[in-house]
Amino acid sequence: MNIQLNGETTPVDDSTTLGDIVRRMNLEGSRYAVEVNEELVPRSEHEGYRLKEGDNVEIVQAIGGG
Amino acid sequence: MSENTDTFSVAGREFSSRLLVGTGKYKDMEETRAAIEASGAQIVTIAVRRTNMGQNSDEPNILDVLPPDKYTILPNTAGCYDQKTAVRTCKLARELLDGHNLVKLEVLGDEKTLFPDVMATLKAAEELIKDGFDVMVYTNDDPIIARELEDMGCAAVMPLAAPIGSGLGIRNPLNIRTIVENAKVPILVDAGVGTASDAAVAMELGCDGVLMNTAIAAAQKPVLMASAMKKAIQAGREAYLAGRMQAKRFASASSPLEGLFF
Repeated sequence: MNIQLNGETTPVDDSTTLGDIVRRMNLEGSRYAVEVNEELVPRSEHEGYRLKEGDNVEIVQAIGGG
Repeated sequence: MSENTDTFSVAGREFSSRLLVGTGKYKDMEETRAAIEASGAQIVTIAVRRTNMGQNSDEPNILDVLPPDKYTILPNTAGCYDQKTAVRTCKLARELLDGHNLVKLEVLGDEKTLFPDVMATLKAAEELIKDGFDVMVYTNDDPIIARELEDMGCAAVMPLAAPIGSGLGIRNPLNIRTIVENAKVPILVDAGVGTASDAAVAMELGCDGVLMNTAIAAAQKPVLMASAMKKAIQAGREAYLAGRMQAKRFASASSPLEGLFF
Protein backbone atom coordinates (compact mmCIF):
# COMPACT_ATOMS: atom_id res chain seq x y z
CA MET A 1 0.00 0.00 0.00
CA ASN A 2 1.01 3.64 -0.28
CA ILE A 3 1.09 6.31 2.39
CA GLN A 4 2.03 9.97 2.23
CA LEU A 5 5.21 10.45 4.26
CA ASN A 6 6.20 14.10 4.69
CA GLY A 7 4.43 14.90 1.46
CA GLU A 8 5.90 12.07 -0.61
CA THR A 9 4.03 9.00 -1.82
CA THR A 10 5.82 6.12 -0.11
CA PRO A 11 5.18 2.37 -0.57
CA VAL A 12 5.08 0.38 2.70
CA ASP A 13 4.10 -3.16 3.74
CA ASP A 14 0.47 -3.69 4.71
CA SER A 15 1.11 -4.24 8.42
CA THR A 16 3.46 -1.26 8.83
CA THR A 17 3.23 0.64 12.13
CA LEU A 18 4.39 4.14 12.97
CA GLY A 19 7.17 2.52 14.98
CA ASP A 20 8.40 0.85 11.77
CA ILE A 21 8.41 4.21 9.98
CA VAL A 22 10.40 5.84 12.78
CA ARG A 23 13.01 3.07 12.61
CA ARG A 24 13.12 3.26 8.81
CA MET A 25 13.95 6.95 9.09
CA ASN A 26 16.65 6.38 11.74
CA LEU A 27 14.90 8.68 14.19
CA GLU A 28 15.22 6.55 17.31
CA GLY A 29 16.89 8.54 20.06
CA SER A 30 16.28 11.90 18.40
CA ARG A 31 13.58 14.46 19.14
CA TYR A 32 10.66 14.25 16.75
CA ALA A 33 6.88 14.29 16.75
CA VAL A 34 4.38 12.55 14.51
CA GLU A 35 0.98 13.38 13.06
CA VAL A 36 -1.30 11.08 11.11
CA ASN A 37 -4.02 12.78 9.08
CA GLU A 38 -3.41 16.06 10.92
CA GLU A 39 -3.81 14.52 14.39
CA LEU A 40 -0.90 14.16 16.79
CA VAL A 41 -0.01 10.57 17.69
CA PRO A 42 1.88 10.45 21.02
CA ARG A 43 5.17 8.58 21.07
CA SER A 44 3.79 5.93 23.44
CA GLU A 45 1.30 4.86 20.74
CA HIS A 46 3.67 4.57 17.78
CA GLU A 47 4.42 0.85 18.11
CA GLY A 48 0.80 -0.19 18.10
CA TYR A 49 -0.36 2.28 15.45
CA ARG A 50 -1.10 0.37 12.21
CA LEU A 51 -1.11 2.55 9.13
CA LYS A 52 -3.81 2.39 6.46
CA GLU A 53 -3.69 3.00 2.71
CA GLY A 54 -3.47 6.71 1.99
CA ASP A 55 -2.62 7.79 5.54
CA ASN A 56 -0.92 11.16 5.63
CA VAL A 57 2.07 10.91 7.99
CA GLU A 58 4.05 13.98 9.00
CA ILE A 59 7.23 13.68 11.06
CA VAL A 60 8.65 16.94 12.36
CA GLN A 61 11.64 18.16 14.32
CA ALA A 62 12.94 21.41 15.77
CA ILE A 63 15.01 23.67 13.53
CA GLY A 64 16.42 27.17 13.88
CA GLY A 65 13.76 29.85 13.62
CA GLY A 66 12.83 33.27 14.94
CA MET B 1 20.98 47.30 40.16
CA SER B 2 22.08 43.70 40.28
CA GLU B 3 20.94 41.36 37.55
CA ASN B 4 19.69 38.85 40.08
CA THR B 5 17.11 41.04 41.75
CA ASP B 6 15.67 42.47 38.54
CA THR B 7 14.18 39.32 37.12
CA PHE B 8 11.09 38.94 35.01
CA SER B 9 8.77 36.00 35.06
CA VAL B 10 6.51 34.51 32.46
CA ALA B 11 4.12 31.64 33.11
CA GLY B 12 5.70 31.00 36.52
CA ARG B 13 9.24 30.76 35.14
CA GLU B 14 11.85 33.27 36.31
CA PHE B 15 14.51 34.81 34.06
CA SER B 16 17.35 37.26 34.61
CA SER B 17 17.93 37.98 30.91
CA ARG B 18 15.36 40.16 29.20
CA LEU B 19 16.71 39.43 25.74
CA LEU B 20 15.00 36.57 23.92
CA VAL B 21 16.52 35.42 20.67
CA GLY B 22 15.54 33.48 17.60
CA THR B 23 17.77 30.82 16.12
CA GLY B 24 17.09 31.27 12.39
CA LYS B 25 19.17 32.69 9.54
CA TYR B 26 22.62 31.94 11.00
CA LYS B 27 25.47 30.75 8.78
CA ASP B 28 25.83 27.48 10.65
CA MET B 29 25.24 25.81 14.00
CA GLU B 30 28.51 27.08 15.46
CA GLU B 31 27.62 30.69 14.69
CA THR B 32 24.15 30.08 16.17
CA ARG B 33 25.68 28.73 19.35
CA ALA B 34 28.27 31.48 19.69
CA ALA B 35 25.79 34.31 19.04
CA ILE B 36 23.26 32.97 21.51
CA GLU B 37 25.96 32.48 24.12
CA ALA B 38 27.09 36.10 23.62
CA SER B 39 23.50 37.39 23.85
CA GLY B 40 23.09 35.92 27.32
CA ALA B 41 19.56 34.88 26.33
CA GLN B 42 17.84 32.24 28.43
CA ILE B 43 14.79 31.86 26.20
CA VAL B 44 15.38 30.86 22.57
CA THR B 45 12.82 30.31 19.85
CA ILE B 46 12.79 27.39 17.46
CA ALA B 47 10.62 26.43 14.49
CA VAL B 48 8.95 23.09 13.80
CA ARG B 49 9.47 21.63 10.34
CA ARG B 50 9.39 18.34 8.47
CA THR B 51 12.21 15.95 9.20
CA ASN B 52 14.49 15.91 6.20
CA MET B 53 14.01 12.44 4.72
CA GLY B 54 17.49 12.09 3.27
CA GLN B 55 19.22 13.88 6.09
CA ASN B 56 22.57 12.99 7.51
CA SER B 57 21.85 11.79 11.03
CA ASP B 58 25.29 12.99 12.16
CA GLU B 59 24.30 16.59 11.46
CA PRO B 60 23.70 18.34 14.78
CA ASN B 61 20.13 19.29 15.62
CA ILE B 62 19.36 22.74 16.99
CA LEU B 63 18.41 21.11 20.30
CA ASP B 64 21.85 19.50 20.58
CA VAL B 65 23.44 22.94 20.21
CA LEU B 66 20.89 24.60 22.53
CA PRO B 67 19.95 21.88 25.00
CA PRO B 68 16.53 22.23 26.68
CA ASP B 69 18.09 21.69 30.13
CA LYS B 70 20.17 24.85 29.63
CA TYR B 71 17.78 27.05 27.63
CA THR B 72 14.04 27.56 27.84
CA ILE B 73 12.91 26.53 24.38
CA LEU B 74 10.13 28.62 22.88
CA PRO B 75 8.68 26.88 19.83
CA ASN B 76 7.04 29.27 17.39
CA THR B 77 4.28 28.93 14.84
CA ALA B 78 6.10 30.91 12.17
CA GLY B 79 4.72 30.25 8.72
CA CYS B 80 1.20 29.56 9.99
CA TYR B 81 -1.56 31.54 8.29
CA ASP B 82 -4.55 30.01 10.06
CA GLN B 83 -5.74 28.84 13.46
CA LYS B 84 -5.60 25.15 12.65
CA THR B 85 -1.99 24.95 11.49
CA ALA B 86 -0.87 27.11 14.41
CA VAL B 87 -2.56 24.82 16.91
CA ARG B 88 -1.22 21.68 15.18
CA THR B 89 2.29 23.14 15.30
CA CYS B 90 2.04 23.84 19.03
CA LYS B 91 0.82 20.31 19.76
CA LEU B 92 3.71 18.82 17.77
CA ALA B 93 6.17 21.08 19.58
CA ARG B 94 4.82 20.01 22.98
CA GLU B 95 5.21 16.37 21.98
CA LEU B 96 8.78 16.74 20.73
CA LEU B 97 9.75 18.67 23.86
CA ASP B 98 8.29 16.05 26.23
CA GLY B 99 5.28 18.07 27.38
CA HIS B 100 6.93 21.51 27.60
CA ASN B 101 3.92 23.78 27.13
CA LEU B 102 5.36 27.29 26.56
CA VAL B 103 4.81 28.46 22.98
CA LYS B 104 5.12 31.57 20.87
CA LEU B 105 1.93 31.96 18.88
CA GLU B 106 2.01 33.86 15.64
CA VAL B 107 -0.70 33.62 13.02
CA LEU B 108 0.30 35.60 10.00
CA GLY B 109 -2.05 37.47 7.75
CA ASP B 110 0.02 38.58 4.80
CA GLU B 111 3.29 37.49 3.19
CA LYS B 112 4.45 40.95 2.29
CA THR B 113 4.21 42.49 5.75
CA LEU B 114 4.05 39.36 7.94
CA PHE B 115 1.58 41.32 10.02
CA PRO B 116 -0.52 39.14 12.29
CA ASP B 117 -4.02 37.99 11.41
CA VAL B 118 -5.40 39.28 14.67
CA MET B 119 -8.77 37.57 14.44
CA ALA B 120 -7.19 34.16 13.83
CA THR B 121 -4.60 34.90 16.53
CA LEU B 122 -7.35 35.50 19.11
CA LYS B 123 -9.11 32.25 18.19
CA ALA B 124 -5.89 30.21 18.21
CA ALA B 125 -4.83 31.71 21.55
CA GLU B 126 -8.16 30.76 23.09
CA GLU B 127 -7.93 27.18 21.83
CA LEU B 128 -4.33 26.77 23.00
CA ILE B 129 -5.00 28.19 26.47
CA LYS B 130 -7.95 25.79 26.86
CA ASP B 131 -5.60 22.96 25.92
CA GLY B 132 -3.15 23.91 28.70
CA PHE B 133 -0.55 25.88 26.78
CA ASP B 134 1.24 28.94 28.15
CA VAL B 135 0.94 31.31 25.23
CA MET B 136 3.32 34.16 24.43
CA VAL B 137 1.57 35.89 21.59
CA TYR B 138 2.86 37.97 18.67
CA THR B 139 0.47 40.76 17.79
CA ASN B 140 0.08 44.24 16.40
CA ASP B 141 1.02 47.33 18.39
CA ASP B 142 -2.69 47.77 19.14
CA PRO B 143 -3.47 48.41 22.82
CA ILE B 144 -7.05 47.14 22.52
CA ILE B 145 -6.02 43.79 21.06
CA ALA B 146 -3.17 43.52 23.58
CA ARG B 147 -5.68 43.96 26.40
CA GLU B 148 -7.98 41.37 24.85
CA LEU B 149 -5.14 38.83 24.62
CA GLU B 150 -4.18 39.49 28.23
CA ASP B 151 -7.79 39.13 29.45
CA MET B 152 -8.05 35.84 27.61
CA GLY B 153 -5.12 34.46 29.62
CA CYS B 154 -2.03 34.82 27.43
CA ALA B 155 1.18 34.51 29.46
CA ALA B 156 2.84 37.41 27.63
CA VAL B 157 1.83 39.82 24.89
CA MET B 158 4.44 40.59 22.24
CA PRO B 159 3.63 43.53 19.99
CA LEU B 160 5.72 44.09 16.89
CA ALA B 161 7.91 47.18 16.70
CA ALA B 162 8.01 47.01 12.90
CA PRO B 163 7.55 44.21 10.34
CA ILE B 164 9.41 40.95 11.08
CA GLY B 165 12.94 41.04 9.69
CA SER B 166 12.66 44.69 8.62
CA GLY B 167 15.06 46.24 11.14
CA LEU B 168 13.06 49.47 11.03
CA GLY B 169 13.04 49.98 14.80
CA ILE B 170 10.12 51.07 16.93
CA ARG B 171 7.64 52.75 14.58
CA ASN B 172 5.01 53.57 17.16
CA PRO B 173 6.58 54.12 20.58
CA LEU B 174 3.42 55.74 21.95
CA ASN B 175 1.36 52.62 21.31
CA ILE B 176 4.05 50.41 22.86
CA ARG B 177 4.05 52.65 25.92
CA THR B 178 0.27 52.50 26.18
CA ILE B 179 0.30 48.71 25.91
CA VAL B 180 2.93 48.54 28.68
CA GLU B 181 1.01 50.90 30.95
CA ASN B 182 -2.22 48.90 30.59
CA ALA B 183 -0.69 45.48 31.11
CA LYS B 184 -0.31 43.13 34.06
CA VAL B 185 1.38 40.40 32.02
CA PRO B 186 4.86 40.82 30.54
CA ILE B 187 5.02 42.90 27.36
CA LEU B 188 7.87 42.11 25.01
CA VAL B 189 8.66 43.81 21.75
CA ASP B 190 8.80 41.07 19.16
CA ALA B 191 10.11 41.86 15.69
CA GLY B 192 11.38 44.94 13.92
CA VAL B 193 14.42 45.83 16.03
CA GLY B 194 17.42 46.69 13.82
CA THR B 195 20.25 47.71 16.10
CA ALA B 196 21.20 48.16 19.74
CA SER B 197 19.59 51.59 20.18
CA ASP B 198 16.22 50.16 19.07
CA ALA B 199 16.44 47.53 21.79
CA ALA B 200 17.36 50.18 24.37
CA VAL B 201 14.37 52.30 23.33
CA ALA B 202 12.01 49.35 23.76
CA MET B 203 13.32 48.81 27.28
CA GLU B 204 13.16 52.55 28.10
CA LEU B 205 9.48 52.45 27.15
CA GLY B 206 9.04 49.93 29.96
CA CYS B 207 8.88 46.69 28.02
CA ASP B 208 9.73 43.59 30.04
CA GLY B 209 11.94 42.27 27.26
CA VAL B 210 12.68 42.12 23.56
CA LEU B 211 12.61 39.15 21.21
CA MET B 212 14.79 39.41 18.13
CA ASN B 213 16.43 37.27 15.49
CA THR B 214 17.38 39.02 12.25
CA ALA B 215 18.96 42.04 13.97
CA ILE B 216 21.63 39.69 15.31
CA ALA B 217 21.78 37.03 12.60
CA ALA B 218 21.94 39.49 9.69
CA ALA B 219 24.58 41.76 11.26
CA GLN B 220 28.01 41.70 9.61
CA LYS B 221 29.37 40.25 12.85
CA PRO B 222 26.48 38.43 14.54
CA VAL B 223 28.37 37.45 17.70
CA LEU B 224 29.46 41.04 18.32
CA MET B 225 25.92 42.32 17.67
CA ALA B 226 24.57 39.73 20.13
CA SER B 227 26.88 41.18 22.77
CA ALA B 228 25.79 44.73 21.85
CA MET B 229 22.13 43.74 22.20
CA LYS B 230 22.74 42.22 25.63
CA LYS B 231 24.21 45.52 26.83
CA ALA B 232 21.51 47.61 25.14
CA ILE B 233 18.77 45.64 26.86
CA GLN B 234 20.46 46.07 30.24
CA ALA B 235 21.14 49.77 29.64
CA GLY B 236 17.58 50.45 28.51
CA ARG B 237 16.16 48.57 31.46
CA GLU B 238 18.30 50.47 33.95
CA ALA B 239 17.42 53.78 32.31
CA TYR B 240 13.72 52.91 32.60
CA LEU B 241 14.10 52.01 36.28
CA ALA B 242 16.21 55.11 36.92
CA GLY B 243 13.53 57.39 35.49
CA ARG B 244 14.80 59.80 32.89
CA MET B 245 15.04 63.58 33.36
CA GLN B 246 12.45 65.81 31.80
CA ALA B 247 13.51 67.06 28.39
CA LYS B 248 13.59 70.86 28.11
CA ARG B 249 13.82 73.16 25.13
CA PHE B 250 16.62 75.39 26.45
CA ALA B 251 19.89 74.91 28.26
CA SER B 252 20.37 74.50 31.99
CA ALA B 253 23.97 75.02 33.20
CA SER B 254 25.52 72.03 34.92
CA SER B 255 28.13 74.05 36.85
CA PRO B 256 27.00 76.34 39.72
CA LEU B 257 26.55 80.02 38.93
CA GLU B 258 27.47 80.99 42.52
CA GLY B 259 31.15 81.66 43.34
CA LEU B 260 32.13 82.87 39.91
CA PHE B 261 35.46 84.78 40.35
CA PHE B 262 35.13 86.90 37.20
